[in-house]
Amino acid sequence: MQSYRNHPLWLAFLLHRLSGLGLALFLPAHFYVLGLALTDPGRLDGVLHWADSPVVKFAEFGLVFLLAVHMFGGLRLLALEFLPWPGPQKSLAAGALAGAFLISGAFLLKAI
Amino acid sequence: MEVAVWRGDETGGRYETFDVPAQDNQTILDVVTWIQQNSDATLTYRFACRVGMCGSCAMMVNGTPRWTCRTHVRKVLKGNRLQVAPLQNLPVIKDLAADMDPFFDKWVRVGGRHEPGKTRHDQIEAIPPDTPDRENADAGIECINCSVCYAACDTVRGNPDYLGPAALQRAWTIVNDEKHAGRQQILNTVAASDGCFNCHSMGNCTVHCPNGLDPMNAIAGLKRAVTKNRFKRGG
Repeated sequence: MQSYRNHPLWLAFLLHRLSGLGLALFLPAHFYVLGLALTDPGRLDGVLHWADSPVVKFAEFGLVFLLAVHMFGGLRLLALEFLPWPGPQKSLAAGALAGAFLISGAFLLKAI
Repeated sequence: MEVAVWRGDETGGRYETFDVPAQDNQTILDVVTWIQQNSDATLTYRFACRVGMCGSCAMMVNGTPRWTCRTHVRKVLKGNRLQVAPLQNLPVIKDLAADMDPFFDKWVRVGGRHEPGKTRHDQIEAIPPDTPDRENADAGIECINCSVCYAACDTVRGNPDYLGPAALQRAWTIVNDEKHAGRQQILNTVAASDGCFNCHSMGNCTVHCPNGLDPMNAIAGLKRAVTKNRFKRGG
């Protein structure tokens, strides 16, 4: 990474972009599986059974983390731009990350 | 110390290494000047005031855009080595001199020139210095046009037509100037496709501005002003 990018808000931008891309890749699969409820309920049951396995639960933890970090990061940007709330953006970005870990960690503890 | 200096022109180039004697107090501009005066007189670079007022001497130092006249070597030296290159996101004229035309063209494009709304026969209006609008304008006018923020901006890097942090901060400054008559025109310009909504608030501009200005929040202010203006005017 080039040195001029070496600061918390750039990393927050990168995390926001990567989490957004990850969610965008996940959503078609998500809607496809939901669609099975209408077209092939038997297969949907199979997928739901597979989703109970520990590996998938762990992957879901990652998914919840991506969702939470993207949501909190997005709220931070909205606050920065529209409240206006320039405030301590580094702390808010760190808070968004901590909040995402809290939510996804709570999900993981409940799932296992 | 060992100093790698980018040599070339718009067609390409490479780094050339020079041995430069270290001094107790030495800026990057001192180093470049020493090379030009003692090692290679053909080295091209740009400077004027040497005291951080004119914004002429910005270069990439170890991969980060900096004003070289006020960057001390001891703060950026890594393993007795330095790397100096022309500002990125701008075309190169020769060696360390970047072509600033695209940068200044955007200042013109954004409409950063004051447009008076009154004649000499009108009363001069009183502007209290402590209003939020005036404070915003006061912050923005400290910009020295060094293009450090422009070189640090990854959005400019991805979209060369994007107006960039300095021009947009100029727009924010003049939008906050109550004496400026062309406010609506500026809001229309910055709301267009290469304007303020391109900004991803990654903050490179604010982190690296040598004058401690905050273009990221100036651009956020423009986004807000454009949105409010759109609702007021009914889409």
